Amino acid sequence: MSILKIEDLTLIFGKEKEEALSLLKKGSTKAEILKETGCTVAVKNAAFEIEKGEFFVIMGLSGSGKSSLLRCLNRLIEPTSGNVILNEVNITSLGDKELQNVRRKEMAMVFQKFGLLPHRTVLENVAFGLELQDIPEKEREEKAKKVIELVSLQGYENQPTAALSGGMQQRVGLARALANEPEILLMDEAFSALDPLIRTQMQDELIDLQKTMHKTIVFITHDLDEAIRLGDRIAIMKDGEIIQIGTPEEILTNPATDYVSSFVEKVDRKSIITAASLMFEKPTVAIFRKDGVEGTLRKMRSSGLTALPAVSTDKEFLGFVYLKDILEIKAKGHHTIEAAIITDIPVAYPETTVETMLPFIAENGRAVPIIDKDTRKLLGIVAQTSLLIETTGTSWENITGNSIDNLQNEII
Amino acid sequence: MIHIGPYIEQFINWLTLHFSGLFDAIKIVVESIVNGVEWVFMFPPFYVIILLIAFLAWKRTGMGVTILTLFGLTLIWAMGYWSQTMATLALILSSAFIALLLGIPVGIWAAKNPMAKKIIRPILDFMQTMPAFVYLIPAVLFFGLGKVPGAFATIIFAMPPAVRLTTLGISQVPEDIVEATRSFGATSRQLLFKVELPLALPTILAGVNQTIMMALSMVVISAMIAAGGLGEVVLKGITQLKIGIGFEGGISVVILAIILDRITQSFGSKKVKISD
Repeated sequence: MSILKIEDLTLIFGKEKEEALSLLKKGSTKAEILKETGCTVAVKNAAFEIEKGEFFVIMGLSGSGKSSLLRCLNRLIEPTSGNVILNEVNITSLGDKELQNVRRKEMAMVFQKFGLLPHRTVLENVAFGLELQDIPEKEREEKAKKVIELVSLQGYENQPTAALSGGMQQRVGLARALANEPEILLMDEAFSALDPLIRTQMQDELIDLQKTMHKTIVFITHDLDEAIRLGDRIAIMKDGEIIQIGTPEEILTNPATDYVSSFVEKVDRKSIITAASLMFEKPTVAIFRKDGVEGTLRKMRSSGLTALPAVSTDKEFLGFVYLKDILEIKAKGHHTIEAAIITDIPVAYPETTVETMLPFIAENGRAVPIIDKDTRKLLGIVAQTSLLIETTGTSWENITGNSIDNLQNEII
Repeated sequence: MIHIGPYIEQFINWLTLHFSGLFDAIKIVVESIVNGVEWVFMFPPFYVIILLIAFLAWKRTGMGVTILTLFGLTLIWAMGYWSQTMATLALILSSAFIALLLGIPVGIWAAKNPMAKKIIRPILDFMQTMPAFVYLIPAVLFFGLGKVPGAFATIIFAMPPAVRLTTLGISQVPEDIVEATRSFGATSRQLLFKVELPLALPTILAGVNQTIMMALSMVVISAMIAAGGLGEVVLKGITQLKIGIGFEGGISVVILAIILDRITQSFGSKKVKISD
């Protein structure tokens, strides 16, 4: 069941919002609306649902409207039209008091610039959300101490936050959000201001925390690598519109527009792409007890391959047969291919990543067999070339032709 | 020729006529505050006051200011201007107190409301640039002669920096901190008292310092309407062309000014740890 539902959400900045909104409904472009009304369309018809416990990442470059969209969820910015529905309650129509309650109990936010109170200690900062709820000092300090431990800040409780490093400050920011025990965590470029090394470390820790917390997280980033590392699903935004929503792999293997693919090209795909998406599903196989030595040779000849996977009649993967072995046993007068089947072959499963499959191809010119974990049936093969293309991030068309322009664009 | 003067005159007369009750009430309140403060300074022997102020200077600042306080105040006493100095100090502190009491909330309002800011700004400019003597006239019309009209003129003259620096301090609170506070469900009240005011405090305290200094300069001028104190000494020097007396009064004002400035400035400096 979805915990958070965004319906047709539009955000317009400027004076003549109503006019801009009606123009938008009539199908005018952003540029036209800006020209006619002087209004900027920051978010246009955003609609998506987030599941309970999901790590949902909204990715886009600066000016894409991602941070504005996030602020519409807890109404730090009022959306111009549309609904934000949290647990079947329409946030957009709440009064001040109820909205404060949602902010206090159900949604907590972590900021790029941390937003900590410099005149307070770490402990006081972490307990700040609880203080706003008028929870007695003792109780809130107890809670805050637990969360401080969770983000490994113990020992820093009485330090002023201004004395801490960026990574430490963001731990305080995260702890402050967690102390409220919110259902939803809104994270606005939470790690973008940190050094690359610290950032990776914080990402790892967040992933670990999420394994035990199972919070619903909406995470904003401009970094696709970060989005892919963290997100269960990613929404890609451009010019205020969501142009694709999907799992990291869906986005990498099936980018919806040229814009998305231009991003995807730069991503390190090895650890994301799995066998399932590279698999060639109906490979030529030698079927044991059906294809004899002659039949196998014929298949090799017609397909031009020197090695074929061997399967049983009910498609169970047995191993590989090689041309030279077949010829050898043919000379010895064998009729079945049994003697030629090499069984000592590493296999992969549909969910195996390219990264894990890479060592297999180092061995020899053989495709990687992909089998079902339970039934051990052969599902397909992944060709060596596909693995290499995924690893290097280049394909033939990229090397040979039109991609020079793209490369130049990237450099610019 | 256009004469605005008569209209202003009519307006002030109308105010005096219709609001005399209000002015009387204000007079009683302000008078009792000023007299009360003056009594506090005059009741103990002079050396107790000197030691107390020196102790405060030593706590808040360094050795230099402490020594200056001890010597300066003793010099004032030795010159025979102790009671005038205490009268001036009482008038400064009570006027500044009232100016802050009115000015800080107005400053908060201006920081929160752009429209209010637009209206208040020119009024503040007006209040600050109008020659200070001009305030003395309506002050006398409303309150007669004495300390209260002196305090009234001083409050008007000394309030602008309190308003301005409060507004500045609050607008300077980083937007990300305000946003974070709101995102955790803070009410406007919580935002103001738990975040904005504590963060704006150094700037507001700079405003307090300015207000006190402006009050000091005005208090001297208001001797012209019989507010008493050191201003009276200076005025006597001017009217009777007695340079000696004028100079002694002047030096006493300078000593008081330096002590007040150093001590109040120490509250606004960044070394001060703000806690709640």
